[in-house]
Amino acid sequence: MDLRRIMETVNMIDNENLDLRTTTMGISLLDCIDSYSDKACQKIYDKITTKAEKLVKVAKDLETEYGIPIANKRITVTPISLIAAASGDSDYVKYAVTLDKAAKAVGVDLIGGFSALVHKGYQNGDRVLIKSIPEALKATERVCSSVNVGSTRSGINMDAVKEMGQIVIENEKINPLNNGNLVIFCNAVEDNPFMAGGFHGVGESDVALNVGVSGPGVVKKALEKVKGESMDVVAETIKQTAFKVTRMGQLVGQEASKRLGVDFGIVDLSLAPTPAQGDSVANILEEIGLESVGTHGTTAALAMLNDAVKKGGIMACSHVGGLSGAFIPESEDAGMIAAAEKGILTVDKLEAMTAVCSVGLDMIAVPGDTPAETISAMIADEAAIGMINNKTTAVRVIPVPGKGVGDSIEFGGLFGYAPIMPVHKESSAAMINRGGRIPAPVHSFKN
Amino acid sequence: MRAILTTVGQDKTGIVAGVSGFLAEKEINILDLSQTILNGYFTMMMVVDVPDDADFTALSSELKDLGKKLGVEINIRNEKMYAAMHELSGGLE
Repeated sequence: MDLRRIMETVNMIDNENLDLRTTTMGISLLDCIDSYSDKACQKIYDKITTKAEKLVKVAKDLETEYGIPIANKRITVTPISLIAAASGDSDYVKYAVTLDKAAKAVGVDLIGGFSALVHKGYQNGDRVLIKSIPEALKATERVCSSVNVGSTRSGINMDAVKEMGQIVIENEKINPLNNGNLVIFCNAVEDNPFMAGGFHGVGESDVALNVGVSGPGVVKKALEKVKGESMDVVAETIKQTAFKVTRMGQLVGQEASKRLGVDFGIVDLSLAPTPAQGDSVANILEEIGLESVGTHGTTAALAMLNDAVKKGGIMACSHVGGLSGAFIPESEDAGMIAAAEKGILTVDKLEAMTAVCSVGLDMIAVPGDTPAETISAMIADEAAIGMINNKTTAVRVIPVPGKGVGDSIEFGGLFGYAPIMPVHKESSAAMINRGGRIPAPVHSFKN
Repeated sequence: MRAILTTVGQDKTGIVAGVSGFLAEKEINILDLSQTILNGYFTMMMVVDVPDDADFTALSSELKDLGKKLGVEINIRNEKMYAAMHELSGGLE
């Protein structure tokens, strides 16, 4: 093979932060259901620790063999609201603690699936699970929780939207960082390998391996070589780069699933940033020609970026899934942080951006005195964007007690830090307190 | 396993000899070799045949140590990695 191509790959990994963001094993817990919760938890622990026993070792072997870092090894499970419903327990903290123990036993970073799907209505397990979220996140370190409150097919469950605003505030009172492990979705996907919103859907295999790629740094470097060229050239450059990045995911995912003896699920094409210098989606948009992310033109540049990443990535792998788009978290992206600190990037602009990319208002720090109804209204707005545009949207918002605009909150590690962004002061309470459901949109009736 | 070994650093005498000597000691056959000066740096690529029973993790870390001794950066990766990235169907089943 041509030496220059070999060195291009070496450079991407050594100098441009190319890595695989996550290998995530999805495990069905449907065969762990039991009316005695202690028995169910034992079955859950046994199944996870058996199926995922070699996950970390195989991922580490592949890191060495292919010379590419795999930043996270994770597990997703069937939404616990479905598994625990048979038990009749009045809270599901015990299940969360079991997941946490199993995650620690096999050495994964995070485990997702303390989840409920209530986009149309609640079953009893959903009610108990949602009420258990604050205590479950308090009692665990690696457990991630998510709740799906809307979908294009069924509309938005405004009772759930209201309740999730209150849950976010309850988390804030215990520990504001716990809200980093809670995602509120519209159109949640069943094969998402990314956290905190990953869970293993009921339509999935018993065990499947899903992979999430990354690579904002690689895209930025590639664009530095086409300064001043037309947008056609920019789009084509992103497409070709995305192909290369995604191929890493396909190769490693295929090999890992073979070695683990499980189905290879999907590759998630998301461009996932980290706070590391040069690993920023915001910096890509600025390389395209914006003085700062958040200014006029941001939405158009992001729409093109997201589409070009998909076009390149889809060709590169056999099955695409998960969220697959550019992530725009506030805290995990050095460029987003800088623009938010200067007040150029606002919640309103972020909301517009979420209409054209995955996934939503992600890791947004807001003032500690933000009312629950305002959080709910932010959730409702995002859910509406997802519902109408037939896409996944999410809210992961972090009110920080005692702090306001001008302050910031430190998350540590891959999560970075976030300057607190202003939210509108005017109340949305009367609308949120109406409850009920927003009906499914007219374009959902396709049968 | 076929692997690609890359060596990058300031050009000086003894790099090729150092790397190939190490590989001979480990009974790793060199199948192809090319080198050039890229952006001012000595850049070498070797396609090698790593025996299936070799400890790849140990080999990889010994090569890194050798690189430090020779003042260059040495990496070894499964060849499939490069084929996957640069060939339409390469490296994938």
